[in-house]
Amino acid sequence: MDLTLNIWRQTSKDSAGNFETYQLKDINEHMSFLEMLDVLNEQLEGQGKEPVAFEHDCREGICGSCGLMINGAPHGHLPRTTTCQLHMREFKHGDNITIEPFRAGAFPVLKDLVVDRSALDRIVQAGGFISVRTGSAPDANAVPVPKDEADRAFDAATCIGCGACVASCPNAAAMLFTGAKVTHLGLLPQGQPERYDRVTKMVHQMDKEEFGHCSNFGECTVACPKGIPLDVISQMNRDLLVAQLKGRSA
Amino acid sequence: MTWLKQFLSSSIGLKIVMALSGLGLFGFVIAHMLGNLQVFLGAEKFNAYAAMMQGNPLLWPARIGLLGMIFAHMGSAAALVLRSNKARPTGYKSHQWLSGSYAVRTMRFGGLVLLAFIVYHLLHMTVGTAHGEFRHCMSDGAGGLTCFAYQNLVSGLMNPAVASAYIVAQVALGLHLAHGVWSLCRTLGLGNPRYDLLARRAALSFGGLITAGNCAIAIAIVAGLVKLP
Repeated sequence: MDLTLNIWRQTSKDSAGNFETYQLKDINEHMSFLEMLDVLNEQLEGQGKEPVAFEHDCREGICGSCGLMINGAPHGHLPRTTTCQLHMREFKHGDNITIEPFRAGAFPVLKDLVVDRSALDRIVQAGGFISVRTGSAPDANAVPVPKDEADRAFDAATCIGCGACVASCPNAAAMLFTGAKVTHLGLLPQGQPERYDRVTKMVHQMDKEEFGHCSNFGECTVACPKGIPLDVISQMNRDLLVAQLKGRSA
Repeated sequence: MTWLKQFLSSSIGLKIVMALSGLGLFGFVIAHMLGNLQVFLGAEKFNAYAAMMQGNPLLWPARIGLLGMIFAHMGSAAALVLRSNKARPTGYKSHQWLSGSYAVRTMRFGGLVLLAFIVYHLLHMTVGTAHGEFRHCMSDGAGGLTCFAYQNLVSGLMNPAVASAYIVAQVALGLHLAHGVWSLCRTLGLGNPRYDLLARRAALSFGGLITAGNCAIAIAIVAGLVKLP
């Protein structure tokens, strides 16, 4: 298939960027979206031009590196799919594809389509962990966990930190991301001692990074390649309220 | 009290201020509609209700409370909109909505429509300056009040243009509640799937009921079903 790509090009963090148009011919429909970009970059290098910088790592849909805004949807229009797992068969011959970096004040563009998502790491550093030695894997059933809470914690734990929630949110909020961490650790027995300190510290850091707030649009949960449910945000709100009652602060 | 300042100025704290003030205003809107539906019981009953409200010692505390809630609601909204604009300084060239109801996309604009309506409505039906034939309550000489709320309401809404403005505002209010009531439940931590569906349906129903109830009054007056005595 032949495609027209409109890609955001920006040489460095501080330079102004602009959209460039590229034509691609004979793209195989079995290629992944990233392989299609590899083809483009080979073409550009052949012409002596600077290839398009984009982030990628595992190409298996589990590392969270390959976040691109494709035609106005993070990771493209296909539900529960990362950019690397999006295949060209989802597009048609002659399609016009706009590719942009994830946009948020907290995600500065480093080059072309690569953004700095360290703000998410700093939210995790603020409290998204358990500070005791966990040792080796415990015996099964040594620590009882109710089945539905284990399921909810596991759903939240599938977050790969790609930032699609932030990219899709009209307020550029990191609520789904932070809510997922708070829910994942807060529902499990090992996470209890630090539960309420964790939520206040993580929310404080999230605000410090200047992410937006939640208006309950619900875009994030649809954009999320792991389909993390919106109720993790409500869980975070509830934990933050309880933390106030318990007198915890960041 | 630094913890309180820190909590209330956090993005979630501001949302909680918005949710609690919204909940209070939602309660007022229900009571206001139920009170006004008494217009269908006739002039005497409605004017007696108005006299009871006007002569109530709790009138001013309630008004001040309502005003406080409106300021808290608007203030938290304004603070959050400013942060939200800062959170995405550069927008997208192409954008597609992935979900989200129509109601949620109208929250900010609809809120401004409601603010304009509240100002007009107060000048129209409370202060009376935006009303050609407004009559204030008078002392009945026996320690009570004689009110003309029925006459004010009917003569004020007989003009189809005025009634249309009221109807538009009620549709805006219905949309605002259809998202707002659900959203405030989530903000206050009721996001559990069991409550979520209930809250979503309750929000839609209340939004619809309030729009229908209030519009019924305006439509009945324009249609001549409710007329001056």
